[in-house]
Amino acid sequence: MALSGIQIYKLLPQTNCKECGFPTCLAFAMKLAAKQVELSACPYVTEESKTQLAESSAPPIRLISLRSDGYEVKAGNEVVLFRHEKTFYNKPGIFVKIRDDSSAEEIKASLAPAEKFVVNYVGIDLALDGFAVESHTGEPEVFAQAVGAVRSVTRKPLILISRDPTVMSAGLRAIDGETPLISAADGRNWEAMAELAVQHRAALVVDGETLEELADLTEKIKAKGVEDLVLHPSETGLSTVLTYNVQIRRLALKKNYRPLGYPVIAFPTSLPAVAQAITKYAGFIVLDRFAAQYAYPLLVLRQNIYTDPQKPIQVQPGLYEINNPSPQDPVLVTTNFSITYFSVANEVEGSGLPAWLLVADAEGMSVLTAWAAGKFDAERIAKGVKGFGVDEKVSRKRLVLPGHVAVLSGELEGELPGWEIRVGPREAVDIPKFYRQAL
Amino acid sequence: MPIDVPKDNWPGSVRTVVLGATSTEGGTRSHTLTIGGEKALPFMHFEGEIPNRPLVAIEIKDHRPEDWSPLLLETWGEVTDDPAKWAQAAEQAGADLILLALNLMDRSGNPKSPDQAVAAVKAVLSATGLPLIVFGPGQAEADNTLLVPVAEATKGERLVLGICEDKNYRTIVAAAMANGHLVDARTPMDVNLAKQLNILISDMGLPLDRIIMDPTTGALGYGIEYGFSVMERLRLAALQGDAMTQFPMLVTPGFEAWKTKEAKVGEGTPASWGEWQERAINWETLTAATLLESGADILVLRHPDSVKFIKGAIDELMAVPQLA
Repeated sequence: MALSGIQIYKLLPQTNCKECGFPTCLAFAMKLAAKQVELSACPYVTEESKTQLAESSAPPIRLISLRSDGYEVKAGNEVVLFRHEKTFYNKPGIFVKIRDDSSAEEIKASLAPAEKFVVNYVGIDLALDGFAVESHTGEPEVFAQAVGAVRSVTRKPLILISRDPTVMSAGLRAIDGETPLISAADGRNWEAMAELAVQHRAALVVDGETLEELADLTEKIKAKGVEDLVLHPSETGLSTVLTYNVQIRRLALKKNYRPLGYPVIAFPTSLPAVAQAITKYAGFIVLDRFAAQYAYPLLVLRQNIYTDPQKPIQVQPGLYEINNPSPQDPVLVTTNFSITYFSVANEVEGSGLPAWLLVADAEGMSVLTAWAAGKFDAERIAKGVKGFGVDEKVSRKRLVLPGHVAVLSGELEGELPGWEIRVGPREAVDIPKFYRQAL
Repeated sequence: MPIDVPKDNWPGSVRTVVLGATSTEGGTRSHTLTIGGEKALPFMHFEGEIPNRPLVAIEIKDHRPEDWSPLLLETWGEVTDDPAKWAQAAEQAGADLILLALNLMDRSGNPKSPDQAVAAVKAVLSATGLPLIVFGPGQAEADNTLLVPVAEATKGERLVLGICEDKNYRTIVAAAMANGHLVDARTPMDVNLAKQLNILISDMGLPLDRIIMDPTTGALGYGIEYGFSVMERLRLAALQGDAMTQFPMLVTPGFEAWKTKEAKVGEGTPASWGEWQERAINWETLTAATLLESGADILVLRHPDSVKFIKGAIDELMAVPQLA
């Protein structure tokens, strides 16, 4: 909640000295409110005013950035409760937890599949963001060795988990020159943890059973000079987690409540818990296991929920070649919504069957949505055929429409005399069978 | 110092809808089920009453659906040949209610006749005491042909008939009105179209507590975020007092997730997709769990494992949190 011009004016010297270049302090205050000028232009503003002004213009949810060699994971800077109000900005970092109670070799081996995991989704490569090392033995040296083992096989950011400052200290010494997240400070160890955070420039997770406990701790820790904080409210069941996450975000966005103006970390142990973490505001997510069939769907969900609703992903309209088509091969028509395009392209590609794929400009909408909105009709398809020179590439004039717009075939025949218009299946997954049987 | 959490104080609420009818009410169900009634956003117990838990329906077909993922056919096994047996197996697997989706064709490949449809529905009603949803094959003409006789033959049972969309709602709504049933009002992921269809249906005279909204949702990876946001917007509008959005919502994660390549195909898929069976179940579970967070009151699923995970999640979400 930024301050208004009047509120800012009250914090200025109110002398109208004009040294900032404006005729009055009120005029300067208005410019500041509109972010059209820097506070530094005023030579006489007091330190106290400077602090107050800085606080109010800070984002409601602090941006926390974890960095390691060539990698960065960010959370925070969110401005809405519902993605449809604007968008969610910073995808929650997804980490896999490793325990320190195995040998270095076992740790490295169990990490390998997660470390190199990457899966392609609509042309985007999705991967995990880092690893969390958890102390189970309570032994500082064992922990340090485990952290070292993890660091030797991955360059991605790390989260270190221990309540014991001695153990944590040992772990931190095994990694230096990076910005890890350390978990966690609580009512008993916060002073020591805060010191470690300052010393090693780490971000710090704050644990609390209630919002009051969390707020109390963050203020104490901030007074010790640690501002990069992450909140971990009590995780006793999906209902409690959801309630706290919602309350924290509301306090930050609706009241600019600074003591809880930080991202939240979640440790989900089931897929519904992961769904909740992704849809309801977690900034960091630590998984208790890794398997490709578990990671792939949740990485896709994160991508989906954090897509800007105003900018559906699109591909460039045009004539695409799949599996080296010859002039005799069929022309399939689809729209330029990414999910639509990739569903169709992947099916055809995977089948090995050669085809031309005419991607019509449907303003990034799927077949049905575009058709309902009048953005995918016979006229547009014909325009695409002519505009992308399909005539020149193809000798056998055969066009296959998506099944959902079968109604367009008559009209399209009118727009494209000399072309044979066929109606294909409704679902991309049925294209190979249709191609083999009907084309 | 206690923190003053901003609370939403909503003027509106979601209507309560009762599914099924017992013998005292003119039906043959062993019990009825109630959905809706929410006075707050999903599971926000601390600021409003959430009186009824979301329900899980299991989708069955009236004969073995050869086009379903092989994993589903393997899991359910022989019962897929007999809707009565399948309904019982579904009840055993934890379904709160059954959704019988009629095939377009019969076993011999001929268009399904009204008699066959009625027979299948009656068989299911005899086999289980759970409330029942009946969906037609999903083509306007066939739906009308089959659902009207079904509605007449089951008068008093308070079935949910679906789907009603702008092309064919009149016939099905009329049949629902005449025979005491409810309707599933489906629109393609659009807030205004949803409102419009609800207005059209209520203008025909169907009581408002016999309409369930079906906003359509894509599966995970195939458009889920559109459905998720439409649902959040519809639920917010309802709580803000917009009467034509104050209906419980039904979603079909089973149908959507199991038609994806991730669920149907086990060979020739990328290694990064992992093991097929778990992946397919995860795809359905994650789709359903996401829509639970956006206000789904009925989730229609296909795999018993997903049913277990989602019912477990519902149990947890319905627990009123003990905040200090």
